[in-house]
Amino acid sequence: MPLTPPITNIEQLKAHPTLARLLGWDPAAVQSVRFDRDELTIWITKEAICEAAAILRDSPDCPFNYLSDLTCVDWYPSEPRFEVVYHLLSISRKERVRLKVRLDGSSPAIESVTSVWPSANHYEREVFDLFGVRFAGHPNLKRILMPDEWEGYPLRKDYPVEGYR
Amino acid sequence: MILNMGPQHPSTHGVLRLVLEIDGETIVRMKPEIGYLHTGIEKTCEAKFYQQVVPLTDRIDYLCPLTNNLAYCLAVEKLLGLEIPPKAQWMRVLMNELTRINSHLVWLGTHAMDLGAMTVFLYCFREREDVLRFFEMVSGQRMMTSYFRIGGLALEPPLGFFEKVKKFADRFPGNVDEYEGLLTGNPIFMMRTKGVAHLSAEDAIALGACGPTLRGSGVDIDLRRDAPYTGYENFKFNVPVRTEGDVFARYLCRVQELRESIGMVQQALAGMPEGPIKADSPKVVLPDREKMKTQMEALIYHFKIITEGFTVPAGEVYQAIESPRGEMGYYIVSDGTAKPYRVHMRGPSFANLQALAKMCEGQLIADVVAAIGSIDVVVGDIDR
Repeated sequence: MPLTPPITNIEQLKAHPTLARLLGWDPAAVQSVRFDRDELTIWITKEAICEAAAILRDSPDCPFNYLSDLTCVDWYPSEPRFEVVYHLLSISRKERVRLKVRLDGSSPAIESVTSVWPSANHYEREVFDLFGVRFAGHPNLKRILMPDEWEGYPLRKDYPVEGYR
Repeated sequence: MILNMGPQHPSTHGVLRLVLEIDGETIVRMKPEIGYLHTGIEKTCEAKFYQQVVPLTDRIDYLCPLTNNLAYCLAVEKLLGLEIPPKAQWMRVLMNELTRINSHLVWLGTHAMDLGAMTVFLYCFREREDVLRFFEMVSGQRMMTSYFRIGGLALEPPLGFFEKVKKFADRFPGNVDEYEGLLTGNPIFMMRTKGVAHLSAEDAIALGACGPTLRGSGVDIDLRRDAPYTGYENFKFNVPVRTEGDVFARYLCRVQELRESIGMVQQALAGMPEGPIKADSPKVVLPDREKMKTQMEALIYHFKIITEGFTVPAGEVYQAIESPRGEMGYYIVSDGTAKPYRVHMRGPSFANLQALAKMCEGQLIADVVAAIGSIDVVVGDIDR
């Protein structure tokens, strides 16, 4: 299966029901899209993430009621530095979509989606622990894998693999 | 009162610490404390070539190393757009189902032992030893196999391998009857598990539970059937679903899965196609030893792959597969170089752990042991 080039044009992907639903709700919330290797990625503005998540979860024809995964990618040294990545699954329709939010490198913070999917709790703690992204409205934003007194955020690209000695 | 359970406790299956807030014998709240086994595998992956990550994935969920290998290899193959030959795909299904049997046997043995049934443990480990011997036959390793490689398999299965697996597969349903005879109708086991640690379907979905924990609560989902990978669409199997949502329901789901898995092993043995076990992609797949000794290009490709790795086109994929514990997802971001830019593992135990806190609320302390066993927790998978 040779790779087909990714589609990044919003106009071409408008017919996709998930994207159509988000565009129908607020076209300004969608920054860009990419359809690559059979996976749809939608970049959402930072302010709209919680509402967009609720819109997708409550969509009648394809409810994304299951948060598969939540993680982060560090694009150091380019800006915006962080991308928080949400992988959603619709249990009834067996469909997946990836949401992304770009965050600046200086004190990255974003609204927590624990109110939409309670399962985000541990994932957001993990991202906070390893990347230092703060989640506003999180019920218990503490380090989860590293010791509480740990300094630095190990999965950031400017953190050495062997740690600070 | 606050009671600390673990990290050194035989029934927490590793170094899992649970902080229990109790009122008498009843649990008011539970807080899992994790991270004791954190080894920073995700960070290590970023410093390795793509093919060097395969052995690391073995060590995440040490009860099903082949499932981890598969999820990682499928993700990289998707990034590369690589076609895998049919024999490799069928072997992957065969080994994957044997892994599921291996993992479920460890779970069944330890879960039963936690609840006081010592005999089952010995029986389960007897059969598990057979499965481990198959792993040793194909890969030379009993546990950390690294048998699946990017582009196919590491080695051709040895002579006599299929006959031995066939003998085992013919015998195994009888062994499952044996375990069930010891547990399913056993009044002590039923009292310890029925109606204990209940989890509703809504809670299970909201808390991100997966695998048998989710199916035990009545949610019909199995990625092997719903999003087939590596040729699972060619196999016939049922997905056991129970609606009770208690420890016993999860037990029944997993035991039934043992039977379904051995059915798939039989199908894989019967329909095993002939042909190569590696994709025809010399820049990615290591050449045969024979070719290396006779062909100049093969030697060059081997040298290049070992010293510089191979580049992967930029992009990102999320590949989820059904591990014995649930949805095991690998999210890989490539920046076009020979090392992965970011590898994130979505571990099923990490997800199930949040459901554990919920299902233990209002239960007795003794039931926590049953609840931990019922989500089949592997701490290596939680902490990574």
